[in-house]
Amino acid sequence: MTTYDIIFYLFAIVTVVSAFLVVTNRNIVHSAFFLLFTLFGVAGLYVLLAADFVAIVQLIVYVGGILILLLFGVMLTNKITNVEIKTGTIHALPASIVLGLFAGAIGAIVLNTNWKVLNISGSEPTTAALGNMLINEYALIFELLGILLLIALIGAASMARR
Amino acid sequence: MLNVGLTHFLVISVALFSLGIYGVITRKNAVMVLMGIELILNSANINFIAFARYGNFGLQGQIMALFVIVLAAAEAAIALAIVINIYKTISNINVDEMDTLRD
Repeated sequence: MTTYDIIFYLFAIVTVVSAFLVVTNRNIVHSAFFLLFTLFGVAGLYVLLAADFVAIVQLIVYVGGILILLLFGVMLTNKITNVEIKTGTIHALPASIVLGLFAGAIGAIVLNTNWKVLNISGSEPTTAALGNMLINEYALIFELLGILLLIALIGAASMARR
Repeated sequence: MLNVGLTHFLVISVALFSLGIYGVITRKNAVMVLMGIELILNSANINFIAFARYGNFGLQGQIMALFVIVLAAAEAAIALAIVINIYKTISNINVDEMDTLRD
C-alpha cells in the first residue's frame, strides 16, 4: 500500500458512498449536497489519473455551475414551507435486483478481462498539450461546441421565461 | 489486487453507472432524475480518462471528457427549463404524473 493507493481508496469510498446516498436519500436538498461530495471525489480520481486540467474543469463547471443550477431547480419547483423537501420512489425493489445483476455482470467482465496496460511513467502537466489539441486537431468540434452551448443557453432562457 | 490499476477505476465507474441508472428509474422527482444522469455522465468520464492514462491513446480521452462536461452543462440548462415549464403547467414535477403534452 503506497500513498497513492491510500488516497485512491479514500476518494473511491467518498465517491461511491455519497453517490449511494444521492440516489437513496428522501430529501432532495440533501441529495444535492451529497452530489457535491460525489463530484469532488470524481475530481480527485481525475487528479490521480494525471488529468489535472479536467479535474479543475470538473470542479468549476460541475460544482460551480451544474450543481447550483440543480439546486435552483429544486427551489423553484417546490412550494417551500420548510427545509424538508421529500420525494418518493417507484419500483425500488425490481430496480435494485435488475441493477444488482447488471453491475455484477459488468463488474465480472471488467475484472476478468486481461487489459493491455501501458507501463505508466511519471505524470506531466496536461494543460498546454490539451490547449494545442483543442485549437489544432479539434478546432472544428471546439467551435461547434461553443455554438451548441450558446444555442442551448438562449433556448433555455427563452423556454423558462415563457 | 491492492495495487491500484486500471481495473480499480473501471470498477468505480461501474458502481457510479449502476447507481445513476437506479436513480433515473426509481426517483419520482424530475430533478432527481437529472442528478442520476449527471452520475452516469461522470462514470463515462472516469472511463475515458482511465483509458487515456493506461492506454496508448495520448490525450484524446481527456479531450472527450472535456466535451462530455460541456454537453452535460447544456443538457442541465435545457432540462431545468423544461422542468420549470412542467411545474408551471401541472404544479408538480413527478415523472409518473406527466401524461399529457399540454393542458
